[in-house]
Amino acid sequence: MIVALHLLAQAMPLDPGRFHILHPGAPQGSHIEWLYWVIFWICFAVYVLMILGFARAGAKSKSDAIYPLPVFEDEEGDQRAKWAVGTAVGITVATLFVVLVLSVVTGKKAAGLNSKNPVTIQVIGHQWWWEIVYPNSQADQTITTANEIHVPVNTPVVVLTNSSDVIHSFWVPSITGKRDLLPGYSSAFWFTVEQPGVYRGQCAEFCGFQHAHMGFSVIAQPVDDFQAWQQQQLKPASDPTNDHAKRGREVFLTHACLMCHTIRGTDAGSRMGPDLTHLASRNMIAAETLPNTPGALAGWILDPQRIKPGAEMSPNSLSPDDLQALLAYLQILQ
Amino acid sequence: MRSHFQAAVMVAAFGMAALLLACSRENRILRQPPPADQTINTVQVSGLNPGANSIPTPPPSNLYQESAYAVSEGQKLYEQYNCVGCHAHGGGGIGPPLMDNNWIYGGEAGNVFTTIMQGRPNGMPSFRNRIPEYQAWEIAAYVRSMAGLLPKGVSPNRPDHMRVKPAESSTPPQSMTGITGSPEQHQ
Repeated sequence: MIVALHLLAQAMPLDPGRFHILHPGAPQGSHIEWLYWVIFWICFAVYVLMILGFARAGAKSKSDAIYPLPVFEDEEGDQRAKWAVGTAVGITVATLFVVLVLSVVTGKKAAGLNSKNPVTIQVIGHQWWWEIVYPNSQADQTITTANEIHVPVNTPVVVLTNSSDVIHSFWVPSITGKRDLLPGYSSAFWFTVEQPGVYRGQCAEFCGFQHAHMGFSVIAQPVDDFQAWQQQQLKPASDPTNDHAKRGREVFLTHACLMCHTIRGTDAGSRMGPDLTHLASRNMIAAETLPNTPGALAGWILDPQRIKPGAEMSPNSLSPDDLQALLAYLQILQ
Repeated sequence: MRSHFQAAVMVAAFGMAALLLACSRENRILRQPPPADQTINTVQVSGLNPGANSIPTPPPSNLYQESAYAVSEGQKLYEQYNCVGCHAHGGGGIGPPLMDNNWIYGGEAGNVFTTIMQGRPNGMPSFRNRIPEYQAWEIAAYVRSMAGLLPKGVSPNRPDHMRVKPAESSTPPQSMTGITGSPEQHQ
């Protein structure tokens, strides 16, 4: 039984990460969660009062007739009706005003973060993947990756957003609210993650055919791990050591791959698709659509249009030998 | 009177519904045929033809429609694959301009396709095996649209760069006598 459970657990797909506004892992997420519960309980109280009011009115009513509505012909009844309606309107406006104030306060709390020594990350939306850049004034210290954002815990992270085509929206429910990525317009926001872990993110603004397959993840790590990751990402691509992988690199450089992708340290330097210099260090491919396994990668390379119809990547016909060599090469890009 | 009006409305509504049936979307082929089916090998590699009656093989005809979709995809690919690097946005530079109607190697879709796939002397590289065939056809459609060789209906509606003709919206309407103003008058 235990063995079976163990096998089942191993057969399960990769944990896609936390994806829930009610399980925040960051202070901004906690503010949003708090606001959610406050509004929930206010609405709940209003709902209960309404139902009680209706029940009481129904019990008091002597006739089954709904129409005509009661008309107060005497002065006193008219006054009472005016008071009742006025009070109800007043309570409604006051409640809505309280909710408005709470929303503004929460928004302010979530936006105002201490920004001493923040990590700056550039997120550029593409149809349908995320380009992640860790900018640096020195070009050789700049990291470019895709779909997986590594951040140190308890450190403010400033995200500069932009888009290359249409409006996308950056949303990690367990960390913070949504932020639209507008083409040709840079904006910035910040967040801090407190608990290490993997947080799933998703494009939250309909951006075309594969909007639903435009995921990403935020991987929060202790500062040491983050720096180690950074050092690894700064290196150029590993050179293949055996003939099989060397042939794979030739396949990459003589087929359609190099028209769109970059592998730093080789001739491939196009910026249309994700940077593949450290492809093997990522957990998922195709914007969190497939696990980064040789099989999934092979399927993706041969016919991406079956997995994500409309995606920019074109189908590739490779002979089995070339494909295996290419996969062997991509596996060494740690 | 009222029932006549109602009947008229009903007939009109049914008529509109029937008209809707006649509408069909332009068919977009998102999943292109597998590359193994490509006709790449039929592209003529040399202009020399053996035999006395050397009739040159005609260039392959476009397997894909020169539709608005193909043109806008071609426009995107034209930038992404850095055609702009030499041909600019049609005005030329290192390479010849593409927005005029002078064609060194022919202006048919098949000619442009062959030029992209095989390359040409003095700089034009061959994109054979680099880009899939359907993308080359899309780029060819865009190149032809720049020279105004495609029907009006399929030109990309909002080109971001230089264009040969003024946009339709800035073209003066045809006057009653059938004389149109020249574009220069309206710039």
